[in-house]
Order: sequence, then C-alpha cells, then structure tokens
Amino acid sequence: MTQAEQMNLPNAIEVRNLNFYYGKFQGLKSINMDIPERRVTAFIGPSGCGKSTLLRTLNRMYSLYPGQRAEGAINFYGQNILDPKQDLNLLRARIGMVFQKPTPFPMSIYDNIAFGVRLYENLSKAEMDERVEWALTKAAIWNEAKDKLGQSGLSLSGGQQQRLCIARTVAVRPSVILLDEPTSALDPISTAKVEELVHELKNDYTVAIVTHNMQQAARVSDFTAYMYLGELMEFGKTDEIFIKPKRKETEDYITGRFG
Amino acid sequence: MSTKPLNVQELARSPLYRRRVMSNQVGLFLSLSAMVVGLLALTWILAVLLIKGFSAINLDLFTQITPAPGTPGGGLSNAIVGSLMLVGVCTAISTPVGILAGIYLAEYGGHSRFANLTRFVTDIMLSAPSIVVGLFVYAIAVATVGNFSGWAGTLALSLIAVPVVLRTTENMLNLVPTPLREAASALGAPKWKVSLSVVLRAAKSGVMTGVLLAVARVSGETAPLLFTALNNQFFSLDMGQPMANLPVVIFQFAMSPYEDWVSLAWGGALLITFSVLALNITARVFFREKVQA
Repeated sequence: MTQAEQMNLPNAIEVRNLNFYYGKFQGLKSINMDIPERRVTAFIGPSGCGKSTLLRTLNRMYSLYPGQRAEGAINFYGQNILDPKQDLNLLRARIGMVFQKPTPFPMSIYDNIAFGVRLYENLSKAEMDERVEWALTKAAIWNEAKDKLGQSGLSLSGGQQQRLCIARTVAVRPSVILLDEPTSALDPISTAKVEELVHELKNDYTVAIVTHNMQQAARVSDFTAYMYLGELMEFGKTDEIFIKPKRKETEDYITGRFG
Repeated sequence: MSTKPLNVQELARSPLYRRRVMSNQVGLFLSLSAMVVGLLALTWILAVLLIKGFSAINLDLFTQITPAPGTPGGGLSNAIVGSLMLVGVCTAISTPVGILAGIYLAEYGGHSRFANLTRFVTDIMLSAPSIVVGLFVYAIAVATVGNFSGWAGTLALSLIAVPVVLRTTENMLNLVPTPLREAASALGAPKWKVSLSVVLRAAKSGVMTGVLLAVARVSGETAPLLFTALNNQFFSLDMGQPMANLPVVIFQFAMSPYEDWVSLAWGGALLITFSVLALNITARVFFREKVQA
C-alpha cells in the first residue's frame, strides 16, 4: 500500500458512537471506527471483549433476538443500517456472514449455493449452473466439489464445509463478507486454505474477520482492531498495531503477556 | 491424613467398597427383572394373538365383509378399508396442523403467553382420556348433525394425533443448532423460509418419526370411534355415513356369543397389532439410521 492509498481509501462501513446492550449488560461501549472498502479488517481481543458482538451488529444479526439492541449509527455506504426501517433481508444479502462452525444446510452442495441466490434472483438452469460454478471457484472448492454437486453438503470434510459456506455467501454477490472465527474449528491445512481465500476475496469484497489467533490477524489483515471489555482500545494498520502499538495494553495482549 | 499409595487389596476388603459392589448387584438385578416383566407381557400378548388370531388370517379376511350374526365365513374388508380411510384422512389433517403449530412454538412463539398456553393445552390433550375426546366430538359433530359419520371419527382421531405431532415437531426443531438458523438468516432469507427450508428439513427424520408414532397411536384407538364413526356392517366409502373400522369391530365381535365373530375379532386384533408394531419399528429403526448417516 502506498501512502496515497492509505489516505484515500473509501469506507464501506463507518461505525459511529455505537453502544450495544444484551438486556441490561452493555456489550459495546462507544465504538467508532471505519472499515475501508476492499481491505481485510481483523478484530482481536480476549474472549468476551465484544469482537463477535461488534461483527454481529454489522449485519444486524442481533435483531434475531429480542432483548439485544444497539444505539448509535452504522453507516453502510452512507446509509444508517441501525435505522428501524432498514430491511434486514436485503441488508444481509449485501453483508454476508460466515460462522465459527461450518453450517452446511441439509441439502445438496448445489442447493446449498443456490439457496441464497434463489431468494433474490430468478435464474435459468444454465445461469444457475454458471453461478454455482463461479461461487465454488471463488471459494477454492470447485475442484473438490464439482463431481459431487448432487451429494449432501454434510458429506464434505469440515474444512470443505467451511469453504462451501464461504461459497454460499459469495454466490449472493454481497459487497461485505463478515467472518466470525472462520477457522477455529478447522485443522491447520484447512485453515491455511481459508486464509489464502481471504487474501483472494479482498480483491472484490470488503472483509471483516474476528479471530482468536493473532498470527492469523497479522497474516490476513490490512487493519486490526484490538478490543477489550467492550471497548475499542486501538485500531490501525496491522503492521503498526503489531510492530509498534500505541497502547501498552495492546502490546501486552499481542505479545502474550496478557490474554 | 495418610498419603501413602492406595492399597488395592485392603480396599477390596473394606466395608465401604463391599457395600458399593452389593448395591450395584441389587440395582442390576432390579432393573433386569423389570425388563423381564415388560418383555414377558409383550411376548405373552403377541403369542396369544398369534395363537388365536392366526387361524383367522386367510384371503376371506381381506375380501369379505363382516358377516351377519349366525352366517358362517365373512371377513373384515369393510373394517380394514374403513380403518385405513379414517386413519389416512386423520393423518392428512393432523400432519400439516401439528407440524405448522410445532414450527410456531419452536421458531416464533418462544415463551410468549400464547405459546405457553398452547403448550399447556397440548400437554393436557396428550393425556386426555380418549373416551372424553370421543364424547366431545359426539356432542359437536354427531348429536348436532343427527348421524354417526366417518368425518366425526376422523375428527376425533385428529384431536388425539395433533398434540403428538405438535410436541414431537417442537422438540425436534429445538434440537436444530442455532447457528444453522443464523446462517440461513445471514444470507437474507426471511424467517418463514429459514423455518421451512432449513430448520424443518434438518429435523425431517425426527418430525416424520413423530407423525408415524401418531399414526400408530390412533390406529388402535377404539373409544373415540365408538361415539363417532360407530360401525357399518356393509362396505362403505362414504365418509358422511357410519364407517366400519377395526377397533370397534373387534370390540363388538369379541364380546359376541358367535364363535365365527370371536375368531374374526382375533384376526383383526392380530392385524392391527402387527401393523402398529411394523409402524413403530419403521419409525424407530429406519429414521434413526438416517439421522446418523
């Protein structure tokens, strides 16, 4: 990245003064941050620090649960998605999410991909075939899956299932992809594949990833946010956060003296 | 406190350990005898049914209608077809109602007042004596219309089947992990689509098991049919008229003084028991294996 690029990166998401509550418990405290377009932003911090909570506000996942609420603003290309009038299904079609444990639907590999696409587009058989191949290729699983598109998604290995879930998210053609600890249930080889994939994805998508693994954050991300007890302690370019963090707490965490 | 290593020989002779070995043996003995009593009752029933009913199983049983008093021969064809129709229509009604209500409770209702009320009423219905259900349907669908009918019989059976399907569906849907729901929602799927296409599909085999168990339960019910479908000594496919059915025929024929009738009753009892047994085994074995696969 050149200096000029850093200055002029457009933001996909701008979080402004965000407070989040699980009932009475405040999970996030006055978060302000910008997530730049077509870059990978990583969220790190000890368990319970609010990094997953923050990710789940970005696609309003929390709205599935009564009792959870957010205050403040999250501007997604200028539009505040916390607005009660926001259509959640359309929002989630544009901001996709992949979860910690692979969650293939109980249907064929083909239908796993087509499920999300069919919600919004009326494609012919040929167009759908093309889309499925495209998405599986994007998620680097086409070669492993092309001969068994009719088989259950559950027949794949854990790492393949996770890439299937990424393909499923990509197939809907979102602009942002949220990854919530996507490799914590995977073996090292599958983890490497997913990390490689994240590198590829940022050419076309804005990626936000929550991870427990600091090396992973260092490897895959352009920007890193360190969170602690619901607060955003430090946010900046990954190189800077890992090489010369501004705050003592950040340094303690990433060097393993705390956490 | 002694900290030397445990002496196993000494321990084996200690009263504490000996008492534990004893109570283990007593417990094992008690549970084994309970199992033997249960199995004995089941095999006894099946043996008596086979001995008394097997001689009645022949082609006539399936092709001839129930005989008039004193007439030799005859079969149960009208009762078999009647039972199949009553149970079939009951399944067609109670499957969608039970499954949809189960989806409501598991996916939408949560712990709202209405959902809790529905659960409470369902639990009462699950344990309601079937004769009460029969009387109720008699009062609303027979006494008011003026004649017994297959529809009334089906209604009574459905009132018994719906709570079974509903409760199983709710329990099975609750077993589906939450991340699967979130994953479908995260693609922008509306809630009804998540519930029907993903959650229900994931719980499919469990829900089907519930349906089969409900069918098995109603196919042997007699009391609700006595007041509703009653019986019909002729072959009839008209659900608006009284309808022959196996349980009521068995009830009437078994109490009769005619030897032929009693023999037919045993044949019918054998038929019904083994159909229900087959349904139960299908439900338990077939669907359980599919879950593991």
